[in-house]
Amino acid sequence: MSLENRPSSGRRKSISYAKWGYIFILPFFLVYLVFTLVPQVLTIYNSFFTNYMDGLKQVGPDFVGLKNYVTLFTPNKQGIILILKYAGNTLILWLLGAIPQFAIALLLAVFFTSYRLNIKGQGFFKTVIYMPNLIMASAFSMLFFTLFSKVGPVNQLLQQTGLADKTIDFFVSKVTVRGLIALMNFLMWFGNTTIVLMAGIMGIDQTLFEAATIDGANAVKVFFRVTMPLLMPIFVYCLITAMIGGIQMFDVPQVLTNRLGMPDRTSFTLVMYLNNYLSTSKNYGMSGAISVIIFIITGILGGVVYKFLSAQYKDPVEKPRRVRKGARK
Amino acid sequence: MNENAKSRLMLILLRVLVYAILIFLTALCLFSFYLMIINATRSNAQLQAGFRLLPQEHFMDNLKNAWTDASINIPRGMLNSLFIALTSAALTTYFSALTAYGVHVYDFKGKNLVFTFIMAIMMIPAQVSAVGFVQMMNKLHLTNNYIPLIVPSIAAPVVFFYMKQYMESVLPLEIVEAARCDGSGEFRTFNTIILPIMKPAIAVQAIFSFVSSWNNYFIPALLLDKAEMKTVPIMIAQLRSADYSKFDMGKVYMFILLAILPVMLVYIILSKSIIKGVTSGSVKG
Repeated sequence: MSLENRPSSGRRKSISYAKWGYIFILPFFLVYLVFTLVPQVLTIYNSFFTNYMDGLKQVGPDFVGLKNYVTLFTPNKQGIILILKYAGNTLILWLLGAIPQFAIALLLAVFFTSYRLNIKGQGFFKTVIYMPNLIMASAFSMLFFTLFSKVGPVNQLLQQTGLADKTIDFFVSKVTVRGLIALMNFLMWFGNTTIVLMAGIMGIDQTLFEAATIDGANAVKVFFRVTMPLLMPIFVYCLITAMIGGIQMFDVPQVLTNRLGMPDRTSFTLVMYLNNYLSTSKNYGMSGAISVIIFIITGILGGVVYKFLSAQYKDPVEKPRRVRKGARK
Repeated sequence: MNENAKSRLMLILLRVLVYAILIFLTALCLFSFYLMIINATRSNAQLQAGFRLLPQEHFMDNLKNAWTDASINIPRGMLNSLFIALTSAALTTYFSALTAYGVHVYDFKGKNLVFTFIMAIMMIPAQVSAVGFVQMMNKLHLTNNYIPLIVPSIAAPVVFFYMKQYMESVLPLEIVEAARCDGSGEFRTFNTIILPIMKPAIAVQAIFSFVSSWNNYFIPALLLDKAEMKTVPIMIAQLRSADYSKFDMGKVYMFILLAILPVMLVYIILSKSIIKGVTSGSVKG
């Protein structure tokens, strides 16, 4: 890896190129420092202060210690701890979309990679199922809102075909709103997961499948005894990145429910809660505290991903050098 | 023989089932977009009259109405989004390649630490630093400004990781050395020799960066409130919060169509390389 140490460049040994390494990585770290790290620290710092706009009047900033956190976890008049309710909503909305997402993706990945099934038109199917992943989430939500509104085409279709005798309002029931959000999340992500899992299966040594089949294992057995165990690292990686994405769920419920999380805030997510404090009253204190909580949850999940990635991608900088040194001896 | 025929039949049945599932999922994915396109060709009165699977003749009227709408200036929004998305894509690919090159080619103290650090921050979502970010931009009077939406793309850990992996597979260090022998400066080597080699990786990441920037809603919505500065996703959300019952629905479908059209076009042309790019970031090889 190091050019200076190589015999052919011995002539130039006196020239060190190390400074170029620093120069080349400098912009990244400068921008990271200013636009991410400092805001990150500021966010945590803010969570210990009262700091918001009451109409046009600025309140604070006053240091209040952990008061914002205590407020977050104090039950309201109805005895509900809102942040737990919204965390629960986020989890339910994520699960409703993620369970079919992973089940279908796993199934499709197995179908697509099966030599025996030999599915034709894979390019077409992959192109179609991946497409919703690239669509603007807010536009997709607006589209679903218009399609499922009281005067929208879905209601018209149901009545014209006689499947429903009166107009269905999809936005007054917890079940349908959550169902729509889950459906949209499912549509947006199952194609992506399918493609990643497929690549994972294709990365498995094909002779293992052949050997298992020769030994008399049927398709189901091959899946559970060979495919799944070997796919596990990639599956876990997908699952955890999906969880991290789920915690951030915002665009879809925000636009679909017009930031209300209706009915009765049952589709109101954690980031919508954060956004609500931040955009309406510039409440840096409370939104800061919510961010810290989200940060901790993501940190735990991210740690698991990092562990997985570094296991798969062992010591990328060190490894080649060691090999080369060994070879030179 | 009998056993063989039985398993043959099973395979055929299974195939039929699989194709049925695939066709169902395809229909599910395309249904909403199909209706959007059809409904964008129908007038408000036609839309109120009932459901229809075939297009009608008002596409150009809807386009004209949406394009010249007084409250939602969609051409301006598209221009704004396009500017932000293109500059972000250019910055993120150039600087990620530069950073990856710095780590890949040079030997310096703390190199391993740099790599580990970037890997560790890869998973932190933008939302958790949004509070401090918005506060800082307010203090620096950078709201209604595109700097906070463009410049941060210089530090993109995921793109860096992709570039680094790509360099490991295609970039022989001998090239760098040969360039040095020929008297090429380090920056010149990077710009004139390395970047062209990195073209395929840059193209893939430029597309992904363009798409995510074009679709970005959370941060821009917190920073842009001047009408002429707004981006497309903010306008779409605005459409949702307006009293839509007063709206010409044909126009609404046209707005949505315009919002997703650029990405759709890019996808139709480049779907193959985009799909290839999906896996390379996460799965080795």
